[in-house]
Amino acid sequence: MREVAVVSFAASGVAKETEHNEVEIIVPVLRDAIAGSGLEKTEIDFVCSGSLDYLFGGPFAFVAGVDAVGAVPPIRESHVEMDAAWALYEAWCYIQTGDVDSALIFGFSKGSLGDVYEILTMQTDPYSLLPLWPSAIHMAGLQARAYLESSGRTERDLCEVAARSRVNAQQTQYAVRAGDTTADALLAQPKTADPLRASDVFAVADGAAAVVIAAGDVARRVCPRPAWIRGLEHRIEAHQLGLRDLTRSESTEAAATAAGVRAGEDKVDVAELHVQFSHEELILADALGIAGPDSATVVNPSGGPLAGNCLMAAGLERFGEAARRIWAGDADRAVAHATSGPCLQHNMVAVLEGD
Amino acid sequence: MGRELAAVVGVGQTKHRSSRKDVSMAGLVREAAIEALDDAGMTWRDIDAVVIGKAPDTFEGLAMPELYLADALGAVGKPMMRVHTAGSVGGSTAIVATKLVTSGVHQRVLTVAYEKQSESNATWGLSVPMPFQPPLVAGAGGFFAPLIRAYMFRSGAPRHIGHLVAVKDRRAALRNPKAHLHIPDIDLKMVEESFMLWDPIRYLDTCPSSDGAMALVIGSEAVADAARGPVAWVHGMAMRSEPTMYAKRDQVNPIAGRACAKDLYAMAGISNPRADFDCAEVYVPFSWFEPMWLENLGFCDEGEGWKLTEAGATAPDGDIPWNPSGGVLSSNPIGASGMVRFGEAAQQVRGRAGDYQVELKTGKALGHAYGGGSQFFSMWVVANRKPPS
Repeated sequence: MREVAVVSFAASGVAKETEHNEVEIIVPVLRDAIAGSGLEKTEIDFVCSGSLDYLFGGPFAFVAGVDAVGAVPPIRESHVEMDAAWALYEAWCYIQTGDVDSALIFGFSKGSLGDVYEILTMQTDPYSLLPLWPSAIHMAGLQARAYLESSGRTERDLCEVAARSRVNAQQTQYAVRAGDTTADALLAQPKTADPLRASDVFAVADGAAAVVIAAGDVARRVCPRPAWIRGLEHRIEAHQLGLRDLTRSESTEAAATAAGVRAGEDKVDVAELHVQFSHEELILADALGIAGPDSATVVNPSGGPLAGNCLMAAGLERFGEAARRIWAGDADRAVAHATSGPCLQHNMVAVLEGD
Repeated sequence: MGRELAAVVGVGQTKHRSSRKDVSMAGLVREAAIEALDDAGMTWRDIDAVVIGKAPDTFEGLAMPELYLADALGAVGKPMMRVHTAGSVGGSTAIVATKLVTSGVHQRVLTVAYEKQSESNATWGLSVPMPFQPPLVAGAGGFFAPLIRAYMFRSGAPRHIGHLVAVKDRRAALRNPKAHLHIPDIDLKMVEESFMLWDPIRYLDTCPSSDGAMALVIGSEAVADAARGPVAWVHGMAMRSEPTMYAKRDQVNPIAGRACAKDLYAMAGISNPRADFDCAEVYVPFSWFEPMWLENLGFCDEGEGWKLTEAGATAPDGDIPWNPSGGVLSSNPIGASGMVRFGEAAQQVRGRAGDYQVELKTGKALGHAYGGGSQFFSMWVVANRKPPS
């Protein structure tokens, strides 16, 4: 495999963007990501994005992205109707072919335009599940309940996750739910989908995220300490909730093993996990072998998507946040994780390392 | 062409129809996928990864369908992706799947593209009222008719050229049992007398709305070498995009299409497409796009495309058959239509095109798809021999 590294990252997020359309949201983020990459826009070989028409409210959301890139003269470009982490996967594979050396990847959405928790319901089996119209929050509640009962963890553990997200997010410019709080304070709040409280449910953010990746020599030329992608794997699970063991994430376990995250063998300094509901952090930490009081892994120092979930960009943001720690020398080895679908149906695990 | 070679080792396709009420979306994609696996001599277990593609989710009312289709396509426990690049998506999806192999990441990838238009209404799905935008409610034909008129004005093409394509492709479809439209008595008079939709596009100048799916199994060199039947080696792949609108944009003969073809031909060693290909399967959803794309793809000089069509050069017995399968004009499961082009090109070079098989001389064929406002392009070249190393 060719060595490929994350060399630049930019993101934006606000709770409700009322002044700018999608193109206007994307443009400054791409500008910052390209400027931070040390590459000229024309030097970037490939562009790949992730977006969702149902969040945009009409077909071809990604066409707004092409407008924002400024695709004149015409560019090599592709799009996944998935979180942009999968756009990064497509770009990484393309770089592996040896035909291109660098790629700009981005995702965006304005979740505030609708009720995202119900828009996500549109992902469910249209014949047997969609007619029941389960909201994403209610499906997550089922999983959280199953997990607490099987693991012996408590609602306080969920509130610990939520409180830490909020405190950590104070350092993250594009987070929309940040501040000083404690698990006790959150525990006192009412529940929205037992055992989940509002604080256990992701906060919607409108915005965009962009990452630049580059192969070997290009990455070394533009980045003092590239965040090398040493493992990148994803796996999907069965769709129907009743066909899965909701108390663990088998696809994360499989992707992590394939990506080279071996429980107890190699240390993981930082893990940026695509946590949309508090209990998911606990399930994912179990799956990655980084759970428990003895773990040296710092989980979601950015606050993660709980503190601001820009759908279709939040998974890609995990790559950016993990890479950021490596560039700064705060971490030598980091895990970035992205998820898709109800109750962690589809999971991607990446290992990023500094030289 | 990447670090590894890749080839199409299995092809499967549903019978295209206006409505497949007999199957769910899962049932539809499985029909194509199982046929492709059988063709490849494989089972679900042999597949390393699954890549699906389709046009906008609003066409069926299901967001991110890879989640629901993971079980039906045997993807559980494997990597799965969903590509969406507008009308070019069927081609783009095949290209993304092939890159998973040419990158050396996977050995055997199943790729499926589909549309089940009967679940919804594509023209409505394309014309959702958007805030602060004038409602178009015109569908694709309303968008493309002015471009066709511009082409006629520029090239001086007479009005019957589009109708000739409409007849040619429907006659070709009579030899393709999987084609949606079979109109045995189709002739110029019937097309000329069909009602006007968007001048100069008459009803029979347009593609149908189809339910259908296309599946390919892409294998690595080792997998293809071990295949029991003929395979189609991928000699080149290219994608290009440009914005819907920008100053001085040529929407009739888009730069993105020309640049994409240039990339592709350089990769595949094509210097004279009219002579170097045995046939081409090109995305022609409205009849006039045949002469327009003949020019855009460099099969002739600008302004000359309609003359090739008029002379019969693109007919099944012409020197460069275009759409011997009947093309998009005979079957249009939108998101799958590009992959049908790619797959039909593969079937030709494999010698598996049945009653619409063209004579193989160079053993090379072109697959092409485009989408959006003629702004997204994906293309590949397949051949019955390995690319020169």
